[in-house]
Amino acid sequence: MRYLPLTPDDRKAMLAAIGVPSIEALYRDVPADVLLTAPVDLPLHRSEMEVEAEITALARKNLGTSQAPSFLGAGAYRHHTPAAVDYLIQRGEFLTSYTPYQPEVAQGTLQYLFEFQTQVALLTGMEIANASMYDGATATAEAAMMANRVTRRSKVIMSSRLHPHYRETVETAGRHTGFAATVAPGAIAGDEDLAALLDEQTSCVIVQYPDFYGNIQNFSALADAAHRKGALLIVAVTEIVALGALMAPGDMGADIVAAEGQSLGNSLGFGGPYVGLFAVREKYVRQMPGRLVGETFDVDGRRGYVLTLSTREQHIRREKATSNICTNSGLCALAFAIHLTLLGETGLRALAAFNHARAVELAARLARVPGATILNRTYFNEFTVRLARPALDVVEKLAARGILAGVPVARLLPHEPEARNLLLVAATELTTEADMDALCDGLRSVS
Amino acid sequence: MKTVTGNRGLQIEEPLIFEVGEEGRSAVDLPPLPAHESRLGSCARKGSIGLPGLAEPQVVRHYTILSQKNYAIDMGPYPLGSCTMKHNPRLNEKMVRLPGLADLHPLQPISTVQGALALIDTLAHWLKVLTNMPAVAMPPAAGAHGELCGIMAIRSALLAKGDARRRILVPESAHGTNPATAAACGYVVDPVPADARGRVDIDAFKAKLGPDVAATMITNPNTCGLFENDIVALAEAIHGIGGYFYCDGANFNAIVGRVRPGDLGVDAMHINLHKTFSTPHGGGGPGAGPVVLSAALAPYAPVPYVVHGEQGFTLVEHDESGQTLGRMKAFHGQMGMFIRALCFMMSHGADGLRQASGDAVLNANYLLARLKEELSPAFPGTSMHEALFDDSFLDGTGVSTLDFAKAMIDEGYHPMTMYFPLVVRGALLMEPTESESKGSLDSFADTIIALARRAKAGDKDAFLAAPRLTPRRRLDETAAARKPVLRWRPPVAAEAAE
Amino acid sequence: MRKYTKDHEWVALDGETATVGISDYAQEQLGDVVFVELPEPGKDIKKGKEMAVVESVKAASEVYAPISGKVVSVNEALSADTSLVNKDPLGQGWFTKISVADKAELAELMDESAYKAYCEGLH
Repeated sequence: MRYLPLTPDDRKAMLAAIGVPSIEALYRDVPADVLLTAPVDLPLHRSEMEVEAEITALARKNLGTSQAPSFLGAGAYRHHTPAAVDYLIQRGEFLTSYTPYQPEVAQGTLQYLFEFQTQVALLTGMEIANASMYDGATATAEAAMMANRVTRRSKVIMSSRLHPHYRETVETAGRHTGFAATVAPGAIAGDEDLAALLDEQTSCVIVQYPDFYGNIQNFSALADAAHRKGALLIVAVTEIVALGALMAPGDMGADIVAAEGQSLGNSLGFGGPYVGLFAVREKYVRQMPGRLVGETFDVDGRRGYVLTLSTREQHIRREKATSNICTNSGLCALAFAIHLTLLGETGLRALAAFNHARAVELAARLARVPGATILNRTYFNEFTVRLARPALDVVEKLAARGILAGVPVARLLPHEPEARNLLLVAATELTTEADMDALCDGLRSVS
Repeated sequence: MKTVTGNRGLQIEEPLIFEVGEEGRSAVDLPPLPAHESRLGSCARKGSIGLPGLAEPQVVRHYTILSQKNYAIDMGPYPLGSCTMKHNPRLNEKMVRLPGLADLHPLQPISTVQGALALIDTLAHWLKVLTNMPAVAMPPAAGAHGELCGIMAIRSALLAKGDARRRILVPESAHGTNPATAAACGYVVDPVPADARGRVDIDAFKAKLGPDVAATMITNPNTCGLFENDIVALAEAIHGIGGYFYCDGANFNAIVGRVRPGDLGVDAMHINLHKTFSTPHGGGGPGAGPVVLSAALAPYAPVPYVVHGEQGFTLVEHDESGQTLGRMKAFHGQMGMFIRALCFMMSHGADGLRQASGDAVLNANYLLARLKEELSPAFPGTSMHEALFDDSFLDGTGVSTLDFAKAMIDEGYHPMTMYFPLVVRGALLMEPTESESKGSLDSFADTIIALARRAKAGDKDAFLAAPRLTPRRRLDETAAARKPVLRWRPPVAAEAAE
Repeated sequence: MRKYTKDHEWVALDGETATVGISDYAQEQLGDVVFVELPEPGKDIKKGKEMAVVESVKAASEVYAPISGKVVSVNEALSADTSLVNKDPLGQGWFTKISVADKAELAELMDESAYKAYCEGLH
């Protein structure tokens, strides 16, 4: 029991000090018929070596994206994480600290969160950002609920090009917390007229940038249309690196930006934990969910940081809180912040340009594959390819050859007949020309 | 003592990255950019973002210096009651970074992630056995997210019966997340008082029951660190009116391997993997909050979930029965936390988990025994995994719970949880966990006793001036809230905004 | 003459218009006030229903209308300086002015001395 410091003698001495005969006696308030007297039916303790061997064996049953040409995206992207990120986040003072409720002994966490809030605000072109949410999808659902509070309305319109998981997460929130969330009718390749759906009951319209299929659209006109009706524009971003190459959502008139920050600093990790980014116009700050760090001064007049505007939160406001959220995604936010600090302006813009260049190259090669059609006029590092056959089958066949070809749209939209042959393909700075050749050759051979 | 730099020995002053960065510098190099035609359309970025540029040595130094301003469980006891700060084994960190786990994309073909699904299934099995519950929903990202999951499942089950109910009974001692969750799902929160023993007042509870009560949310062991000894009767009472029993599992660490919530009549309970199973708190997250469900609630579990079929494991991402409460987040759950938690469980085993919960309770009661003469226990008798005191031992000293906590900081300790639970005046809630040795507890207790004696001896000023040795002292939270400064702004813009 | 509620609001009538705020006892219990959320002028309010919210760093409290009527104006000075509530709760720290619907409601409230006795009983 390598994690338990008490020795049998310690336990004996401590029980004597308490005045009870055994640890079991401390469970006297538990009804006797439900108090277990022996360990449950699970394996007994194991050494570090044994646990390591077992987990490693499970890991070996998977095909990791670093072991195969990989083109998967759809809201989770494989990027190169500088070595310094993981080294720094594993410092025990970051890894093993709690929420910074005692600011005198948590200035490290508070300062990096203040910097993180600023980085997110700058990147999204918004005025204020919070200290992170669980992930991009939950951030989007929280954004919808916040829009309902701000506008005192309860009708949410979602673009049909919002990531299906994000849509479903908003729908779940709507179903159980009492607001109507509807998806705009829209063909996958056609246009959707979101402005036409706005009415006096609409609290917000949620769009994705670049959208789920990779298209890049300017939402300035939609923002104006929404504001004219008294509704908010929520922009969801699933690939945050894109904002290194694209106009910020804030510059289009977004009122709330809800984004997934995984691409910076955080590994794919089979889907989590990730880090939700949440940025708003300053005038809405008191309706915002999640923790906020603010600058202040100490008794000696020195600048420092504290958690602030806590009266929005559940531990004070209880049933009147803006959200039930308590835990955020602190360590993932730190990884994001460190990666972005390493990149800086120059590095992020170069990284974004590099991603785009890789995608353009990949698209050019795929366009030459018989039966493959690129559907996008615009894209950043991910686009949609129409294949001649169902994409789910193609992807399975290529996986058997050690190629992770992309995300079949039908995996996320199984009931959408139009989606059957569509494949989302992403390229990042890690995508090599050899990877691209492998994908194109593979597609040729299975079609 | 004033220094030229403002630094004090190993305490180094550190500016914001925005104040040290310069344009044109970066700590990341990329190969030369290939020539390409832009497909960004009219949205290509024109203006700059405003991010600072630093080289790698500057970045490493910045975050290292910041880290040194934090207290951590790696440095000493972190007795935050209700938060469960226990040791974070480093094996778990190593395992989560293995190729084949860290680099798995959530939407890879199922055939390429069989090991990952097996791992989730194994963890689910452990959680079900430890709770004696038939099902577990893995997606929730944290405890509060798990509460939402549980209440949504209860709501779904009631609606399926055409039985819309309005009220949820929540003890006054509950975590704030409980009423916030119930209210978010449209329920009226009906508070239940605590009795003189720090437990739910069962008579008051029964008096509030009626056909419009959907559920109760009870923390057990409760936030006073006590086992709700009427728990089975409370469960029977709520079931008697057709309602459900949601258990807040924040304190499951006190009873793991000794009491199974399924035996108590629980219908749903979240398990904070970051508390009970020691995934690191990381300065406030990420967490993970799987929810065990009774047979009555299992059909309403959120998607996705893992099932084991003839072809191996599959992942059900779209529930065709139409019963699911829906999807709660993108992808499948906090996999990184699942791996860490499973490593923790396998390392301890059935025997070690039982020993760990026992040691946590033993440590808390030892602390209580050491401190009960000098401090004022909130309730008589032994407790579970926490020792709870009120502030009556400070009566007449002019020292508040907050002042006492700040004095602990100067002694090198992180304070306990203060002013929670709300049902105890000036509460001091200490949770040592099983990670502390007897020697560590003795040193801690000696320090607390000495501080209490100092307060009683009339040395109020020492407390009011504390902490004196930290990088910052008593920060002005009122000023922070009155005129919030929530981000850095360039000096020119900041002046213009004045 | 100023009248008080058990929830520590005060109301002072001047003709048909009443000025409303929170008592000195209330501001002292709250500590430094950091934010006040006031109703929109023109809003109809009902006696005993939530009218405003007052926040300190660690607490948020509802302020209930001591009397029914229509909000005529709110104290704009509080948005710039919430410390007025602490410094001068009965004067510059007022919250709202209300055109009173039914003056008889005032009779149900405590006068200065009754309120003082009530606060002493709370200790």
